[in-house]
Amino acid sequence: MKTKIYMDHAATTPVRQEVLAEMLPYFTEHYGNASGIYVVAKESKKALEHARAQVAEAIHAKPTEIYFTAGGSESDNMALRGVAEAMQQKGNHIITTKIEHHAILHTCEYLEKHGFAVTYLDVDENGKIRMEDLKAAIRPETILISVMFANNEIGTIQPIAEIGKLAKEKGIVFHTDAVQAMGHVPIDVEQMQIDLLSISGHKLGAPKGIGAIYIRTGIKVCPLIFGGAQEKKMRAGTENIPGIVGLGKAVELAVAEMPEVTPRLEKMRDRLIHGILDTIPYSKLNGHPTDRLPGNCNISFEFIEGESMLLLLDAAGIAASSGSACTSGSLDPSHVLLAIGLPHEKAHGSLRLTLDWDNTDAEIDEVLQKLPPIVQRLREMSPLYEEIMKQQN
Amino acid sequence: MTEYSEKVMDHFMNPRNVGEIADASGVGTVGNAKCGDIMKVYLQIENGVIVDAKFRTFGCGAAVATSSMATELVKGKTVQDALQVTNKAVMEALDGLPPVKVHCSCLAEEALHAALWDYAEKNNIKIDGLKKPVNDIEALHHHEEV
Repeated sequence: MKTKIYMDHAATTPVRQEVLAEMLPYFTEHYGNASGIYVVAKESKKALEHARAQVAEAIHAKPTEIYFTAGGSESDNMALRGVAEAMQQKGNHIITTKIEHHAILHTCEYLEKHGFAVTYLDVDENGKIRMEDLKAAIRPETILISVMFANNEIGTIQPIAEIGKLAKEKGIVFHTDAVQAMGHVPIDVEQMQIDLLSISGHKLGAPKGIGAIYIRTGIKVCPLIFGGAQEKKMRAGTENIPGIVGLGKAVELAVAEMPEVTPRLEKMRDRLIHGILDTIPYSKLNGHPTDRLPGNCNISFEFIEGESMLLLLDAAGIAASSGSACTSGSLDPSHVLLAIGLPHEKAHGSLRLTLDWDNTDAEIDEVLQKLPPIVQRLREMSPLYEEIMKQQN
Repeated sequence: MTEYSEKVMDHFMNPRNVGEIADASGVGTVGNAKCGDIMKVYLQIENGVIVDAKFRTFGCGAAVATSSMATELVKGKTVQDALQVTNKAVMEALDGLPPVKVHCSCLAEEALHAALWDYAEKNNIKIDGLKKPVNDIEALHHHEEV
């Protein structure tokens, strides 16, 4: 069966029609290398700077503080490795959290092998860091704090402005991975005192393979990729103009539409969450009940395993994801679900449904109708459920 | 997500032999919830022949499909012949499994062996070639990097 209902927007989104339309001329008509001095190159250069201004405006930054990359992972790598290398004379300590994306965690592991020390902060049962933990983790040699804006799995939004304020007071560089937050929650790098911020295009209606990093003026970052003078020598390689145009347009649209889209998403999300929790026993919401991304619903179902649920949902035309081991390609369930204190068996039975602008109320109704029998069917097959039922009788 | 063969999907979408057998001749449970796979197999054995087999499984698509196929394969076999239903045989009957899912087929073999062991113990008989099953199959496989 074809996917009819797509609820995995935290994994990726379709490219928006308006975005694609803006991009298309830059493949064939305005194909020039932005470094050239002829007319066709000037169109590319103009588009590049227009997109830079669009992204800057969306987060209240200056256009000169925006650098385009090939995506969120590159931006995260660049922020961590770039700051670590540029500031290693000052110190070798980095603070992050246990629930970061692997683009952060694996980069931290790499840095640990190269002379840096990393503190991984715990989170509470809702997935929030505790400010007192962060304060206690700061050392004289701390050079960087990297805390994600909003979590990709459970949607929990961190107290970014508070972290920014503390980092500023202590003179520590503050990076946030805003890949999931961008275009979904308001971001103001000035008010929130953010020094570096990672953005990805394909999470908000732009194509895959394009991203950006905001670097506050005055923050020292070493580049990752050498070979040309593009992006003020901070990121070599001929600019991906169509992608950049798409990212600029998608960011502009998402931010402009936020006042209308966010309340609609939150309403659908809450109907989905409560609809599931009210009809399916032994289910539990993962993540913060209110400080969460407007489109994120993450629920654990006891006695069943996530991949089985996804296969049955897929057969019913619904695309979703899970934090079970079988979907992670390893034998351990999601590190995020374990970090919020879920036992392995409940983490295996998690289901993530992530909504965005193209989801409808009718789709929520359909999921609420189709999910309960799927959970029940797997429970009927589960020896764990059988035990619970026998205990109750 | 992993790509499954059509046979795996068929046995996952339409699992054979789900359920339990009251007063079964042998029951075996292996795996643990921590690792995300538990298989419970019930065997009804008459005159040394497996006349019925049922299962309940907590696990991924491959775990359900291998449970279904393994119970299908042992039905009608003597307890001795049932030992030939190895993880390899179950996998082959399913047209293969993705490499990360191979441990699920081990779970099916172990669950069968555990049920046969239970039957042998209850009836005070010895089945040639059957070893005492490990209670926690995952302890064997959990640290394999995949």
